[in-house]
Amino acid sequence: MSQPAHARINVDLLRPLLRTSWRFYFLVAALGSIVLTALVSWLSQAFFGFGVTGIRWPVYWGFYVTNFVFWIGISHAGTLISAILRLVDAGWRRPVTRCAEVITVFALMIGAMFPIIHLGRPWLAFWLFPYPSERLIWPNFRSPLVWDFFAINTYLTGSVLFLVLPMIPDFAVVRDKATGVRKTIYTYLACGWRGTPRQWHRLETAMQIMAIGIVPVAVSVHTIVSFDFSMAPVPMWQSTIFGPYFVVGAIFSGIAGLLIAMAVLRKVLHLQDYLHPVHFQNLGKLLLVMALLWGYFVFNERLVTYYGNGPSEMAVFWRTQRESFAPLYWTMVICNFVLPLVLMGIRYFRTITGCVIASLGVVVGMWLERFLIIVPSLGHKYLPYSYGIYRPQPVEIIIAIATFAAMMLLYVLFAKLVPIISIWELKAGRASASLAEAVGEGGDARPVARGEANL
Amino acid sequence: MPKWGMAVDLDRCDGCGACVTACHAENNISTVGADQAARGRAKHWIRVERYWEGEFPDVRLKFRPVMCQHCDNAPCEPVCPTYASHHTPDGLNAQVYNRCIGTRYCANACPYNVRFFDFFNPSWDKPLHLQLNPDVSLREVGVMEKCTFCVQRIKATTIQAKSEDRPVKDGEIQPACAQACPSRALVFGDLSDPESEVSRLSRSPRGSKLLEDVGTKPSVTYLSKQ
Repeated sequence: MSQPAHARINVDLLRPLLRTSWRFYFLVAALGSIVLTALVSWLSQAFFGFGVTGIRWPVYWGFYVTNFVFWIGISHAGTLISAILRLVDAGWRRPVTRCAEVITVFALMIGAMFPIIHLGRPWLAFWLFPYPSERLIWPNFRSPLVWDFFAINTYLTGSVLFLVLPMIPDFAVVRDKATGVRKTIYTYLACGWRGTPRQWHRLETAMQIMAIGIVPVAVSVHTIVSFDFSMAPVPMWQSTIFGPYFVVGAIFSGIAGLLIAMAVLRKVLHLQDYLHPVHFQNLGKLLLVMALLWGYFVFNERLVTYYGNGPSEMAVFWRTQRESFAPLYWTMVICNFVLPLVLMGIRYFRTITGCVIASLGVVVGMWLERFLIIVPSLGHKYLPYSYGIYRPQPVEIIIAIATFAAMMLLYVLFAKLVPIISIWELKAGRASASLAEAVGEGGDARPVARGEANL
Repeated sequence: MPKWGMAVDLDRCDGCGACVTACHAENNISTVGADQAARGRAKHWIRVERYWEGEFPDVRLKFRPVMCQHCDNAPCEPVCPTYASHHTPDGLNAQVYNRCIGTRYCANACPYNVRFFDFFNPSWDKPLHLQLNPDVSLREVGVMEKCTFCVQRIKATTIQAKSEDRPVKDGEIQPACAQACPSRALVFGDLSDPESEVSRLSRSPRGSKLLEDVGTKPSVTYLSKQ
């Protein structure tokens, strides 16, 4: 895998930071106005009452909780994949890690808003936090929603650290190239980085610790999100398989999100020399593995329910399998299983375009999966007298669409402020490759990497 | 310490709906209007479920009044992040409106669907707004509300009995629904007293709990049709 020379790396990867076209402003304005519309809709919900949503007795969770689980799921691509690839020292990871980690941080930020957006009295959201209260009132530590609070905060803190630590040497590069206000800002961000061997050693140690630590955190986060459902005695919710099922689904949708983001970046920022088809192929294979795992879990969940033949479970089961929710259910199966299996399983289709099509399908399918876990069960809970339906209202639809706009907006702004591909890691990778060539075998590249990256 | 409970004799219930009306009047349950009711926003702390059995013309109609079952193992309680839903020492499943932030998790966890969310601030069709009960607090938009076994009546009677230095007599406390029931299908009382009428009825071989296999241990016993 050939990479461009040092000077060109700097020029190519710093170009988006130093030059801004009208297209950037247009995009930010367009995405920003969508996000603003959603904000206004939510404020109107708080002002007029929760009744403006489609939530009703007995379906008390709908689009908002679907969005919550979906975005927390998307966040599982980045940090987790990047950590695993770092730990196994996969060389091809270098151009991919940062765009992946950014997805994690932003998707978590968006997902973590929904527990507040969906509250009946959002102005009292701080009662969910364990703050020292004069009256010694604490949140209920038995509630999965409080576990969510801790899990998501731990993951967000860890992911931000994991993202920011390897950004420091790159901030130093920008500091050295920039002038004016930019120079002042990036001087602060670079935290006095000089590229001394001691600094490199500390950075690498920190990254190693973070990479090991973040993996169990990531797995636990979506397990705890699944507890929101599996802890309640609701038909088709109370299931011991939900933990791993949700984690697999999360990583699955996360990889899809990452593939889409990479394809867009490659096109828009002209990164063809950095993001090669091989990156897409490797991640595409990972997508294929996750599609198979996802199919296994769904088959397992469905078969056990069907075989158990409990009356309340079967009511929900048939509702998704062949009654009112069947069109959505089978769309989900096609998007999440058939499509990635065909496109990623056949080498001819495993191109960048193929990856993007499969990923778009997976994103749609995984959103539907979360919706189909939440709504049919709540609408068909035990007593037939209290069966109910759910129809999303404009405010919920606007907010759901705006989450995607918010994700794009944050991504666009980030790519404007920080090199979206880690410059020093790319150079280190190139150095190790050239060293290996010179020695004739895979030698230890680190001393060279340090020396080279003094920049 | 008493343990409050109820027995519902399905043989006596004729589905008149007096309990529903009495409950609305006693507990300041806001009427939401026809439009919102059609959208599933109606709140009935007690409802009379109707089930038809058999094929026409050989049809049998069954009624089942369903209110909060005040479960001893209530799924709504542990899931509440703020302790708004909690268990009192006398066996009531209490809801602290002022502590509720509206996650609606309790209502999802409830197998009986007897918890109701306030989608709007309370309002009443005139002249119902003139008959509000001063003993019951109004609920703000965004909180969850449900049957309390008329806790205001339980407290008032208990305090009265204590001031007169005597125990609460069986049948002295009557929730609005039990008081309004013309056929005496609803019987309320202390389950910890084996001599009380509700204890006697709860021990009946006709008795069963609603959705017993979910394991919620309800305080309400249903006596089946004979």
